[in-house]
Amino acid sequence: MSILLNKETRVICQGFTGSQATMHCRQSLDYGTNILGGVTPGKGGQVHLGLPVFNSVNAAIEKTSATASLIFVPARFCKSSILEAAEAGISLIVCITEGVPTLDMLEVKVRCDQLGARLIGPNCPGIITPGESKMGIMPSEIHLPGKVGIISRSGTLTYEAVKQTSDFGFGQSSCIGIGGDPIPGSSFIDILRLFQGDEQTEAIVMVGEIGGTAEESAALYIKNNVTKPVISYIAGVTAPPGKRMGHAGAIISGGKGTAEEKFAALLDAGVHTIKSPADIGRGVAEATGWG
Amino acid sequence: MNLHEYQAKELFKKFNMPVTESYVVDTAEKVVDLAEELNGKKWVVKAQVHAGGRGKAGGVEVVDSYESIEKFANKWLGNNLVTFQTDDIGQPVNKILIESCSDIADELYLGAVIDRASQRLVVMASREGGIDIEEVASKNPEKIFKVAVDPLKGPNSTEANELATLLKLESSQVDQFIDLYLSLVNLFISKDLALLEINPLAITSEGNLLCLDAKINVDSNALYRQKEILAMRDVSQEDQREALASEWDLSYVALEGNIGCMVNGAGLAMGTMDIIQIYGGSPANFLDVGGAADSKKVAEAFKIILSDNHVKAVLINIFGGIVRCDTIAEGIITAVKEIGVKVPVIVRLEGNNADLGSKILSDSSLNIISATSLEEAAQLVVKSSK
Repeated sequence: MSILLNKETRVICQGFTGSQATMHCRQSLDYGTNILGGVTPGKGGQVHLGLPVFNSVNAAIEKTSATASLIFVPARFCKSSILEAAEAGISLIVCITEGVPTLDMLEVKVRCDQLGARLIGPNCPGIITPGESKMGIMPSEIHLPGKVGIISRSGTLTYEAVKQTSDFGFGQSSCIGIGGDPIPGSSFIDILRLFQGDEQTEAIVMVGEIGGTAEESAALYIKNNVTKPVISYIAGVTAPPGKRMGHAGAIISGGKGTAEEKFAALLDAGVHTIKSPADIGRGVAEATGWG
Repeated sequence: MNLHEYQAKELFKKFNMPVTESYVVDTAEKVVDLAEELNGKKWVVKAQVHAGGRGKAGGVEVVDSYESIEKFANKWLGNNLVTFQTDDIGQPVNKILIESCSDIADELYLGAVIDRASQRLVVMASREGGIDIEEVASKNPEKIFKVAVDPLKGPNSTEANELATLLKLESSQVDQFIDLYLSLVNLFISKDLALLEINPLAITSEGNLLCLDAKINVDSNALYRQKEILAMRDVSQEDQREALASEWDLSYVALEGNIGCMVNGAGLAMGTMDIIQIYGGSPANFLDVGGAADSKKVAEAFKIILSDNHVKAVLINIFGGIVRCDTIAEGIITAVKEIGVKVPVIVRLEGNNADLGSKILSDSSLNIISATSLEEAAQLVVKSSK
């Protein structure tokens, strides 16, 4: 078992013929991802990486019965691409692109929820179930099939958590980069729920960042719903408050969102918190007693 | 991206939001002529900088003579204003806004922001407008009223009416408030704003609503479709190194310490700062080279880091995912040769082509120390910086 993605998952790629998509789809295919084709409007009928190209997601689904889509289109087209996938009935959408306008995401998020599509990202490294399948841009060689579920807001910090849990021999069940944008398609809580229900996952690593209150909400969820050990690192404890304008940001968060508050909330939820990004593997060993 | 008050008020005017008559000037010679065109005996003069807290810092004055206006202009134009929201150097004042002065009966607060928690555009209002609004928000949160805008349907007058009722506005002000609310949300959405704030929103002695101050922050990701806003960018208000970095698509923030950092990914960049401090060091900057770093970008990043002469050592921490470590290694070598780096450079490469990258560095015979782990890298760089 794993969450969201396995070697059977039928995947297409939107923005398939672009250079980034080409590079990462080639690597994903090598890894074993069941990519069945891609979408680039205007290039339907062509063959790319030995796979068919379609003009629309609907056309791709008709021929491939895909249920998942990996999106690499430029930021300005993400809203329409995500909505196209969700409206066509794709149930898992992973959007790698960074720089999507926040107001686009407000609308996209509501529509995906209404249509029952699970959106991961944007601005994320994607998702991987080690040894089976990946939809994303992560370096696959650092992964090891195993028992730790990883959720992270940051790309390269996810890799840090992966490498350390591999070096300790624990391995990963699935790794989900939810992305660092203000309005992510999926939250920590969405993914915590999936890991809690997944038999293969025995412990969960949650990598957060300062800003927003997603970690505080996750802490409350963990306290009431998660029985598996959770290990958490919050990046930016030592970051100084930046220059700012006005008060609205501080008012909406009611003074919350600092690293101290996040750590306090996590400790209260029984989460094993660590202060250094180099201690993630050790933290898992301590919290689980796996040694 | 931040806008100046005068720019925000230009947008307010376009969206039929109530603002006073005003002029913006950049030389002291013009101020009196323009003040004469604004009828009345009292004026408000305001230094235009990208920071709040201007009033307490002397950057806003109510004046009743032309001499005082001239004095204010001479005092601030070409100088820096330091407020509690700026750093110690402050922000340069290149423009001054002169407004006719209104009689104020009451001061409210009205703001709009993207609320990450509810994933909505939220409009906030309070009777307790003015400089202590943050204190009100933390001590008496029940005095801040909030409504959320439906992302699919947009704003409606029912929400506005709800806020007006909570604010206990007089019936003559309710219609004005509904218009203001609808205009504000439409401005927010059509210009891709991240934050809009009117503090204070005044009630004049005649009982009318008036936007006395204006703060706008725009979603940088949306600037490609906001040409009018992009033209309002004022680079003089940005840190020079930060502005240079953004030209190269690098994300740089200057800090107080002496260890220069070059990292890929914002999260890992913050994590690197954390671990430097755990080992007793102090980072000189935050720098994210991004996912698409090439050797040219790495060289530019190096130049920006070293332009801060507090830097005593540099830590390069790269976890190659998209970016390949051998590309980074070549960039480091090019940069070290080209600009003659005199401080120790500690490099930790991991991930995509890390072994090849490390080999390129160790074969280079340059003074670059390769670390095998993040911990070792942090310890080495802290030691070198002492």
